[in-house]
Amino acid sequence: MTEKPFRLLPEVGAENAHFWQGGAEGELRFLRCQACRTYVHPPAPVCPECLSRELSPEAVSGLARLYTYTLNHHSWVPGFDPPYWVAIVEIDEQPGLRLTTNLVGCSPADVKIGMRVRVCFEEREDGIYIPLFEPENS
Amino acid sequence: MAKNANRKLARQAAITGIGQSAVGRRLNVDPLGLTADACLEAIADAGLCRDDIDGISTYPGGGIPGAPGFSGAGISDVQDMLRLKVDWFCGGLELPGQLGSVINACMAVATGMARHVLCFRTVWESTAQGTGPRGGIGTGGGGRFRAGGFMQWTLPYGAASAAVWIAMMARRHFHEFGTTREQMAQIALNARRNAGLNPKAIYREPMALDDYLEARMISDPFCLYDCDAPVDGSTALIVSAVDAARDCRKPPLLVEAVGSALRGRPSWDQFDDLTTMALRDASAMLWERTDLKPADVQVAELYDGFSFIAMAWLEALGFCGKGESGPFIEGGNAIALDGEIPLNTQGGQLSAGRLHGFGLLHEAALQLWGEGEQRQVPGGPEVAVAAAGGGPLGGCLLLRRGD
Repeated sequence: MTEKPFRLLPEVGAENAHFWQGGAEGELRFLRCQACRTYVHPPAPVCPECLSRELSPEAVSGLARLYTYTLNHHSWVPGFDPPYWVAIVEIDEQPGLRLTTNLVGCSPADVKIGMRVRVCFEEREDGIYIPLFEPENS
Repeated sequence: MAKNANRKLARQAAITGIGQSAVGRRLNVDPLGLTADACLEAIADAGLCRDDIDGISTYPGGGIPGAPGFSGAGISDVQDMLRLKVDWFCGGLELPGQLGSVINACMAVATGMARHVLCFRTVWESTAQGTGPRGGIGTGGGGRFRAGGFMQWTLPYGAASAAVWIAMMARRHFHEFGTTREQMAQIALNARRNAGLNPKAIYREPMALDDYLEARMISDPFCLYDCDAPVDGSTALIVSAVDAARDCRKPPLLVEAVGSALRGRPSWDQFDDLTTMALRDASAMLWERTDLKPADVQVAELYDGFSFIAMAWLEALGFCGKGESGPFIEGGNAIALDGEIPLNTQGGQLSAGRLHGFGLLHEAALQLWGEGEQRQVPGGPEVAVAAAGGGPLGGCLLLRRGD
């Protein structure tokens, strides 16, 4: 494993393992309502649209659009050193389905709201894969 | 007639007294002592004695984990310290912003649960974060820290502060509406100008646009001067039932309407419109419950934990159009003490310190009573709005001076 920067990791359990471990198969996964096909995020036991309880993880394409971002310069988490990009991306499959994430593999001149991005994964300990996003055409 | 007029709080609750402790950086004094100073001053300001107080309300209350000094005193601290005998009390964090606790007090007096409610908020962040070891987020637990709940979606990405989340809202606003840093700077410059007239403000030395533009970046587009200043201090006020307010020393400040709505998702990244969030809904509710209009407001004390939030409140409350806060504040004249809508007249949280919403409401009351001294808005203002919170948290009150 190559040297990776320190990163705080999520507490993984039955309700969110599909999200944080999907990267092992290269998949970005969300809970999806099997009745009305709505993606549900963050994970919940009931579909917020039709109130069905039939929810299962499904993979999305991993393609998204940059909704907004910040280039952060301040050290908030010891060991996770600035500068770094924090972004909110909107997943292609459903308007309003958003993730807060880090943008990687891009220079300041590249970053524009609306730009196309795709998921990539950073493998961490305990089977956790952190979904990150990079320019689609990189 | 305003929608929901039969259900509005108008003229059932009033602010009748205010108090504030010393406010400063690293005061190194007991936060409960600061709280006592503020509470006793508010009770005396209303012309009451402590036996008149039959309710207590605060945000966030005691026993709250989180940033050191975030809660300098809880309900039971104050009740026991002053040996208050109360019929109603309430402290909590899950509210429509910090002033949600004052809205609760309004409901308590409007429904007859109490007659005079002592509302307070004490922060002690400057001393608490400036003395003990600064562990930093996630450094406890021998490296086995794991983020749960909603923090799992942000902490792994170093998005560990509202500065980061709200910077992204500002960036989206810049994108949609062409807003610039030079425009946003006016929130900080206006605050600093007003702070120069406030002996209790933290940062009083003049600041120019160049000082702002050259400041250290925190989370782009926010620089240091877009972020409020942690302080020690306590603010208190008395909310009275209007019939009981007649016993008080000063003209009651009638609570004309309040806004507490949250009609979108309570989430920092999933809310439908990140350029406004809860502020949109709280503001809409406030205007649904009064016949007054934004043009009737003569003083605006709007939350500026980060500069952009005050811009979002200006838009949400209708002092300018949606997306138009940048051009509206450009040059600073519209929001100056003698401007169209005087804003954050004591220096806001950016220059007068992060009293967490309560400092803004305190200032609104002070202006309506004509006690602003050097920074008094001219013309004897009779209507003011105070608003606190940002992101998925927002609450606001419209005050009108009574006879």
